Amino acid sequence: MNQPAPHVEYRAVHKRYAESDWVVRDLDLELNRGEFLTLLGPSGSGKTTCLMMLAGFEPPTMGDIRINGVSVAGLPPDKRGIGVVFQNYALFPHMSVGANLAFPLEVRGLSADQRRERVARALELVRLEGYEDRRPNQLSGGQQQRVAIARALVFEPELVLMDEPLGALDRRLREQLQYEIRRIQRQLGVTVLYVTHDQTEAMAMSDRVAVFRAGRIEQVASPEVLYEEPQRPFVASFIGENNLLRGRIVSVERGVCHVDVGDQHIQAAHIGDLAPGSETLVAIRPERVHIAPLSMHYSNEFDAEVEDISFLGDHLRVRLLTCGSSDFIAKIPNIVGHGGILPGDTVRIGWGALDCRALEAEAL
Amino acid sequence: MTNGFSGRFRGKAPAVRGLCLFIICLAPAGAALAEAITVVSWGGSYARACQQAYHESFTAETGIEIMLEDYNGGLAQIRAQVDAGAVHWDVVDLEMPDGWLACQEGLIELLEVTELPAGVNGEAPEDDYPGEYVTECGSGVTFYSTVFAYNSNYLTGPPPQTVADFFDLEKFPGRRGMRRSPFVNLEFALLADGVAPDRIYSVLATSEGVDRAFAKLDTIKDQVVWWEAGAQPPQLLADGEVIMSTAYNGRIFNAQVLENQPFVIVWDGQALDSGFLAIVAGTPRYEAARQFVQFANRPESIANISKYISYGPVRRSPRALVDSHLATGVKMQPHMPTSPENLTRAVRLDWRWWSENRDDIYERFSAWLAR
Amino acid sequence: MKRILHLSAATPRLGALALVLPLLAFVTVSFVIPLGTLLGKSAYQPEVARVLPQTITELREWTGDGLPSEDAFAAMARELTALGENRPELARVSGAINRVQSGMRGVLNRTARRLARTGQAGSWRATLTGIDSSWEEPATWLAIREAGARFTLRHYLHALDLEQRSGGGIAPKAADERVYTPLMWRTLLVSLGVTLLCLAIGYPIAYMIAASPPARGRILLLLVLVPFWTSLLVRTTAWIVLLQRQGVINGFLVSLGLVPDDGRLQMIYNMTGTFVAMTHVLLPFMVLPLYSVMRSIPKSHMAAAVSLGAAPLQAFRRVYLPQTLPGIGAGSLLVFILAIGYYITPALVGGRTGELISSQIAYHVQTSLNWGLAAALSSILLVAVTVLYLVYSRAIGIERMRLG
Repeated sequence: MNQPAPHVEYRAVHKRYAESDWVVRDLDLELNRGEFLTLLGPSGSGKTTCLMMLAGFEPPTMGDIRINGVSVAGLPPDKRGIGVVFQNYALFPHMSVGANLAFPLEVRGLSADQRRERVARALELVRLEGYEDRRPNQLSGGQQQRVAIARALVFEPELVLMDEPLGALDRRLREQLQYEIRRIQRQLGVTVLYVTHDQTEAMAMSDRVAVFRAGRIEQVASPEVLYEEPQRPFVASFIGENNLLRGRIVSVERGVCHVDVGDQHIQAAHIGDLAPGSETLVAIRPERVHIAPLSMHYSNEFDAEVEDISFLGDHLRVRLLTCGSSDFIAKIPNIVGHGGILPGDTVRIGWGALDCRALEAEAL
Repeated sequence: MTNGFSGRFRGKAPAVRGLCLFIICLAPAGAALAEAITVVSWGGSYARACQQAYHESFTAETGIEIMLEDYNGGLAQIRAQVDAGAVHWDVVDLEMPDGWLACQEGLIELLEVTELPAGVNGEAPEDDYPGEYVTECGSGVTFYSTVFAYNSNYLTGPPPQTVADFFDLEKFPGRRGMRRSPFVNLEFALLADGVAPDRIYSVLATSEGVDRAFAKLDTIKDQVVWWEAGAQPPQLLADGEVIMSTAYNGRIFNAQVLENQPFVIVWDGQALDSGFLAIVAGTPRYEAARQFVQFANRPESIANISKYISYGPVRRSPRALVDSHLATGVKMQPHMPTSPENLTRAVRLDWRWWSENRDDIYERFSAWLAR
Repeated sequence: MKRILHLSAATPRLGALALVLPLLAFVTVSFVIPLGTLLGKSAYQPEVARVLPQTITELREWTGDGLPSEDAFAAMARELTALGENRPELARVSGAINRVQSGMRGVLNRTARRLARTGQAGSWRATLTGIDSSWEEPATWLAIREAGARFTLRHYLHALDLEQRSGGGIAPKAADERVYTPLMWRTLLVSLGVTLLCLAIGYPIAYMIAASPPARGRILLLLVLVPFWTSLLVRTTAWIVLLQRQGVINGFLVSLGLVPDDGRLQMIYNMTGTFVAMTHVLLPFMVLPLYSVMRSIPKSHMAAAVSLGAAPLQAFRRVYLPQTLPGIGAGSLLVFILAIGYYITPALVGGRTGELISSQIAYHVQTSLNWGLAAALSSILLVAVTVLYLVYSRAIGIERMRLG
């Protein structure tokens, strides 16, 4: 059976500048054709470097990058035919919007008619019809970003790289453009490699997300899997919110392990091949924690002292003292019946064994 | 409250008093300044020589302080001061042509030769000063001379002897330094072309004569390095940039005795020039300025200058007083433009001719130079 | 009530005016007045007409053929006699006439002195021609009439190497008599050359500084600025030491055997010297505006252009270069204008072929005291610079100029 090669492959890629530490280590990653993959991680974790290596601005120190199964080592950036959207748009201020869009077509030797037609089409795509003659500085931030996206697409690349393209915009605009970018990507079927440090953005847009930490990928998966089944404590705490309780595995049976956390005892889903006796971090999502009156019996039930309560509209955020942690968070939906809890009260909390995951302990 | 206020006031009182004092003092200060005059000269070793030769003894004798300033010649600044009615220069050392022009224009005060001090043996001043260096506004003080000189380290063959040798590219190949000005150069060219020193200006009076001078200059034009400032020729000679150069004799002398440079002066065709001390018209310190100019014209003052620099007296009687260089003990007589053996083929620059024709000649020179 | 409102609206305006007043006064005193005086001096010279009013009136009626009337001789003699008492006035008038025709200073002084002593002998015509034969020549009277015109373009003609033909009409002087136009062309060309050289050298330097990490950029910038802190004369002298025939560079080339000892290169006291020294002196004025513009261009622009398919050179030409145009314009304008007025450096290292127009202006201001001509030369330079400035502001837009 002849499986098509992935669109992009990183093979054992390493990168460092001069004598500094490794910025990217032993990176293996595949992008499938038409996929929207996001590199997510805190700043300085090496995700932008990965992007720049693919674009051709930085050569890998070791390893190989392939596009359509062919190594691109030694191929200069202007020959790679990859659309790139930069953090600060990088629109050419001395050219009109039309000229900015026509630039990649011009260097490819397209005729004036072809250029006009393609520019108009690209502007239509980003809903900026009729803006050809404006200068970039006459546009709002959101409009500039649409132009930058249109410019990266106008020469019809199969692969588009976006480096924190929405970082400079306010939240409302950002959400609107997230949707737009997703729509355009689906419409054109291009492969997108997207870099952001904003996990909400990553979750909202991506087919898959690669979580970066200190130059390494911690986990690559769809947003749902990352959220529900983090493989490592870093992912568990970086994606969404998680209570992490340090403990020791006592026994494992049929996918569920028993963990000693301080003087309490927790049942949790068993991840990987942690043997009894090894250290573990148990991750429990705050929204999976129930507070009395409990409607049913849970595998894990404890008494907890209420330290603090915040009202956040759609839910209450309760900080609890339990299981050896003074910062155990529970989120309670804003449903009638929970109004009675006050700081200082002792309440009964509970969650299911499969709602929490015993992960390999590591420094965070 | 009362205390605070008076305290603050007391604190300010000395400053206020000081300011009042300062304002009151301004008037008497003006009077006190009458006992100091500003003398403007050419700077460098010449001004220093004058200072040592007679400025100090003048102050000792009269109590009038001298503030020395430098300038680069020309009348622009004097004209500006006189026109504005704000004269702060009192005495200026002027070149003869400028001095004559300034006198004509009324930029400087009259000072007839008869008002100057008598000679060494009581000669009347009008007999002691050569007539061609006497104007209504002042009379020549020292002779300085434009000569040509070479560096015996670089020019090792038979030495050049005459101005004609300076223009002889076959016998003495190499580059020559000349002042970027028609001044002196036209005279040198005619001398080299065989005109006798005393016939120079009658030849220059005709346009054919001027053509002849430029034609002679043409023969070495490509080999000339043009200098602007008097300090340049000794440097050019020392660096071997030129094989010989016209120069002020005092500058070459200094390089010879103070820096032991192996320079040799060729006195043939030396161009004698002079200048005089002039009192700027309308100076509020006229009396002190006049006293100073008269003191400077005393035979012993003028003779004293030659202890420091090789510039000789214009008036005749002090020439015999010239002795030796104070710093090195070198006998000065052979280094003086005014010693008889150096004067045999000397040209006396005719500054009257130059002040009439300078603009035309200068323009022609500029056009010639640019070609 | 209305009045109060009106007042309160007017007060800030008055206040603003009062704040600007010192600046206005400064600009007037330091710029408008000197410039006005300069332009005035180049074309307006009332001295002769003021001092010799009757003579000039008489001469106006004279056809210019042969000699003027006895009345003109009489007026001249009377006015010269009267002037004999007034040395400065006589000097100024004879100086002004001498500038139209050489030798007139002597003629007028001589005549005034003799008239004061001897008075009239026969007709005035006989008296004057008896004192000096120049009075028999129409050229003498033409010169006086010419100098007597209050408004004159003579200085401009002179500055442009044009002359009035005797039959009327204006024609250029013979090629070997032209002084100022060749120098002006040379000044413009040298300034242009120096500007281009500064651009060619300064652009990569500015780019290097802008592209360096801040710490290294600061050091490089410092190196560019060091010449600013050295006296102009010291810098120029340093070039003499380096470039002269027995200098460092020639010595090095000779010791390498690249140049024979008797064929040392002439790199100073000619155009090369002027170019090298002026380029060095003016380089910072090019680098600073360029650097300031380049620093503001994000690095991502070049990356973006390349990612869009432009080869590096193409990306530079189409994206980077156009964005540095305001800096190029500002730097070039600055260097060019400074170069046009440069005086000391060309005088010291330019030799005979590297002299520029400003040394002529200095000569006429300081030595010949022909301020009219100096003013005319300066005005022509001013016009040239203004024209260039206007061309520049049309081409690039002055509001986009960035000086640093």
